[in-house]
Amino acid sequence: MNIRTILLATTIVMGATTIANAQTLNWARAGDSLTLDPHAQNEGPTSALQHQISEPLIIRDMTGKIVPALATEWGPSETDPNVWWFKLREGVKFHNGAEFDSEDVVFSFNRAMSPDSNFKELLASVVEVRANGKYGFEIVTNGPNPIMPSNLTNIFIMDKDWAEANNAVKVQDVEGGEDTFASRNANGTGPYILVSREPDEKTVLRINENYWGKDEFPMEIKEIVYTPIQNQATRVAALLSGEVDFIQDVPVQDLERVAATDGLKVITAPQNRVIFFGLNQGDADLATDNIEGKNPLADIRVRQAINMAIDREAIKKVVMRGQSIPAGVIMPPFVNGWTAELDKVPETDIAKAKSLMEEAGYGDGFSIRLNCPNNRYINDEAICQAAVGMLAKIGIDVQLEALPKAQHFPLIGGLKTDFYMLGWGVPTYDSEYIFNFLVHTKGDKYGSWNGTRFSDPELDKKIQSLASETNLEKRNQTIAEIWDVVQKEILYIPIHHQVLNWGMSDKVETIVSPDDTPKFKYFKLNK
Amino acid sequence: MFTKIIENFQRARNSDFLYSFTKSPVAIISFFISLALILGAIFAPFIAPHDPFNPATLNLMNGFSAPMQPNEFTGEIFWLGTDDQGRDVFSTILFGMRISLFVGFAAVAFAMVLGVTLGLIAGYVGGWIDAAIMRIADVQLTFPGILVAMLIFGIVKGFTPIEQRDEMAIWVLIIAIGLSEWVQFARVVRGATLVEKNKEYVQAARLNGRSSTGIMLSHILPNVLGPVLVIATISLALAIIAEATLSFLGVGAPPTQPSLGTLIRIGQGFLFSGEWWIILFPALTLLMLALSVNLLGDWLRDVLNPKLR
Amino acid sequence: MIAFAIRRIFQSIIVLLVVGLVAFAMFNFVGDPVDSMLGQERTDADVERVRTQLGLDKPFPVQYYRFLEGAIQGNFGISYRQGRPVSEMIAERLPATLELAFVSAFLAIIFGVTLGIFTAIYKKGWAANIIMTLSLIGVSLPTFLIGILLIYLFAVELSWLPSFGRGEVVDLGWWRTGFLTKSGLLAIILPAITLGLYQMTLIMRLVRSEMLEVLRQDYIRFARARGLKDRSIYFRHALKNTLVPVITVTGMQLGSIIAFAIITETVFQWPGVGLLFINSIRFVDIPVMAAYLMLISLMFVTINFIVDMLYFAIDPRVRLEKRGDEK
Repeated sequence: MNIRTILLATTIVMGATTIANAQTLNWARAGDSLTLDPHAQNEGPTSALQHQISEPLIIRDMTGKIVPALATEWGPSETDPNVWWFKLREGVKFHNGAEFDSEDVVFSFNRAMSPDSNFKELLASVVEVRANGKYGFEIVTNGPNPIMPSNLTNIFIMDKDWAEANNAVKVQDVEGGEDTFASRNANGTGPYILVSREPDEKTVLRINENYWGKDEFPMEIKEIVYTPIQNQATRVAALLSGEVDFIQDVPVQDLERVAATDGLKVITAPQNRVIFFGLNQGDADLATDNIEGKNPLADIRVRQAINMAIDREAIKKVVMRGQSIPAGVIMPPFVNGWTAELDKVPETDIAKAKSLMEEAGYGDGFSIRLNCPNNRYINDEAICQAAVGMLAKIGIDVQLEALPKAQHFPLIGGLKTDFYMLGWGVPTYDSEYIFNFLVHTKGDKYGSWNGTRFSDPELDKKIQSLASETNLEKRNQTIAEIWDVVQKEILYIPIHHQVLNWGMSDKVETIVSPDDTPKFKYFKLNK
Repeated sequence: MFTKIIENFQRARNSDFLYSFTKSPVAIISFFISLALILGAIFAPFIAPHDPFNPATLNLMNGFSAPMQPNEFTGEIFWLGTDDQGRDVFSTILFGMRISLFVGFAAVAFAMVLGVTLGLIAGYVGGWIDAAIMRIADVQLTFPGILVAMLIFGIVKGFTPIEQRDEMAIWVLIIAIGLSEWVQFARVVRGATLVEKNKEYVQAARLNGRSSTGIMLSHILPNVLGPVLVIATISLALAIIAEATLSFLGVGAPPTQPSLGTLIRIGQGFLFSGEWWIILFPALTLLMLALSVNLLGDWLRDVLNPKLR
Repeated sequence: MIAFAIRRIFQSIIVLLVVGLVAFAMFNFVGDPVDSMLGQERTDADVERVRTQLGLDKPFPVQYYRFLEGAIQGNFGISYRQGRPVSEMIAERLPATLELAFVSAFLAIIFGVTLGIFTAIYKKGWAANIIMTLSLIGVSLPTFLIGILLIYLFAVELSWLPSFGRGEVVDLGWWRTGFLTKSGLLAIILPAITLGLYQMTLIMRLVRSEMLEVLRQDYIRFARARGLKDRSIYFRHALKNTLVPVITVTGMQLGSIIAFAIITETVFQWPGVGLLFINSIRFVDIPVMAAYLMLISLMFVTINFIVDMLYFAIDPRVRLEKRGDEK
């Protein structure tokens, strides 16, 4: 490359930067999308980026309501209770111009159900997927599945021919040592088209002028520049200095500063995620306490005492700066099965907690280790620290071990912790999802996040029955019964529902979606 | 050996050690600041108005009190304010400095013992032992201190019983920081040893049938003490900073028993939000501590080792 | 000379192997990548399956052997986090780190040497004392804090410089550079200062002490006696003689600049290999961590080797004795 070309390149690039595009949105959050392969990673930031480029059959809009995307209508079959039918949108084109039809849907579902897919658990009950004409599609399940649609809002549709032509039929599998084309390229039907992407650095999207919903949605943002900025202070600095227009994770302490800055605002809404502590109540003895031969947490009075000692209001006021909703149940309010009664916050009562401890024979207290993540939830470590102080007041001497999430979560899965923090979001908006992972006895298929060692075969049966119960009234009855047991046994100590804080430039107009996934086609710009 | 050391120090004192000290205002100020800080750390339990390491005495509602302002919920007043957990910043700094200084001194002591021993052996014995030690020193340099710390942290955690992990964190820091600094000592001591060992008095001692350990300890060691002391002082400042850096990467003292570095890491989250006292006071303390130790080290270098000025 | 070189190469290879082994031992304790790879809806059966597929159920010597086998052929495997070849990821990120390291080293040398000379010449002056003290303040605060303070001052309060990233970049073949755009040049200023501050102080103090040393030598006195101008003495004679140790130390520091870039890159979201490494630790992306550590080791070992050979060439008798003395 000679000097002239370099100079030319320089002038072009510098020229490009000086033309500030008023319809460009600079978007930042802590983490980057991990891959562009739509079925490889079921993870927040990855799905959030994918939602701009590709579409599932149905999506949740910014309020969390299920609305049509690539399917226009759907419903359970009247002839066979094990079948759901979908009518696909006609005249939709992928970004490369290829036409969208049922072939692509069948292909994408089979891909999403393959062993290396991260989404196969959501489709675990599916026996077969089949086309019904060019714009018809059917899902056959192993029993009636009343909540099937809510499992589909993150199952993205790919172009079959594109995947075949580019050797991307299989989901990226890391073990195989091969890099698939789909992990770095995307060809969706979505409102934005991928222009360029450098992982961890910058991803640029531009508007899809041929989008089917061009007239239906605002689509006012013409270009999106997405940059991950992981250091909290730097991210806030970038927003304050106007280098980015929109960040999804404003630290709670900086809300006031952001809101008070000219040209910036913060909008807030409850998130679909609840934070709680898990207690090992099933084992006969604990490895992480100082009581020999007994498990203090197995005594319901101790669990009650802990529940009473945690001052959720104080955590909200000081640690969360008002940005949390104290919880009484480990279920976000959006979820089917939630009632205000269940979510009633337990009273903080140190004196009563102390007497319960005494009754249980732990008047002198005991010591135990609390495992906590330090980079997963909002102020996770600070919440645990506050809990240490609160439990000290009823004689429980807590040693806090705060670890990065990659070390924390294996402790729960591997049953290596007796007292731990966990947060849970419910993408299906249904209690069954919580029971399957957190309440059912731990085993190969169920209870993979149940670190409490709690096991009740009767309850397990009830949980399993939910998957195929078509009578919604009866199903809701069972859900209520299961919650009764969970609450009575104090299986978990709920802390609060997380609150999302999106910080943005005044020019951006949006509401906060409960699953923390902005869908930019809904965004408006003030001019 | 000891007589020789004492002799050395007496010589230094009689010559210009004290004289030079009284003539250097920087050295005097640094010395008294370091001394005050160290004493403050040692007597923290008697000076500090609160015990920030006892969680039962903390009231979360005291959190984020500004310096000298009554708290909006509890009305309590704290000199330097409180942090996000309602801990008194002044007390936490005193206790945190204890941990920082303990880690610093212990790490330097560890590095010094290890480095001086290996340096002496390498220089005196020579041959393949020398080559092996110096290669290990290369490996050590290959791994930057922060990586060494993360590595040791990970490995030790795997082997420590769960109940002892809190105490472990401190010792891992000490070992990790110590390991990343012994090379300096070893190289200087080895170099000096190579020079000394060919001098007549060492040759004479050897002819007299003295054991090599004896020769190393009584003749060579006292002669390298000057540079070793200089390196030790500067290493102390480095170690205190290293501990702070490590805590940024999440490999520092636990948040329930914070060191100065951990306090700064916690405080940096409140830099934009107006709670300046959470970061300012610990950072100032760290700055004063590291700066005064560094300045003392500088001055020591000038006095003990004019060549290096 | 050749025998010496061969022996040192052999030793260097052992060093690399040991570093790799120790690094691998660490990975068993950094965490478990499987949870991050599988997401919230994983079953216990999935966890077992993926662990077996990745070979994570094997003892670490076996894992290490498999890694070495690939590494010798230049294949570092596929990143668990991004599903891309590790060698490609590192090659893509290396220019950013090298540019940052280069600018930091450049600033460190320019300012270090200039201030070093200044403080040596005016060693009793108040300006020199202030410079010496200020430089100590710079190294008495942790790097991450300095970075954040610079961001706060220059990006948020003054809005002069960008707070993160590399600005606009231009692709020159496989090398993506930020040197050719205004925003790229502005973006490198704060991270380079943050990263180079420590080395600048080091070089400044080294130059100062070397200069003072040289200025006391007899030939300088003779030069003075002969009536040579001060300027000529300082720059023609004294500075020339201080440069050799300065270059050596700077060379040796290059590796630690790259290592410390981990922190600077995290604070400034600078998309280099250091940031890649930190992200890999968070995700337990073992192939990337291993490749990064090997790369850094290779760099250090090579620098060490070159320095040793230079010393050998200059003075075979002293061989390695002088190194480290002046640090």
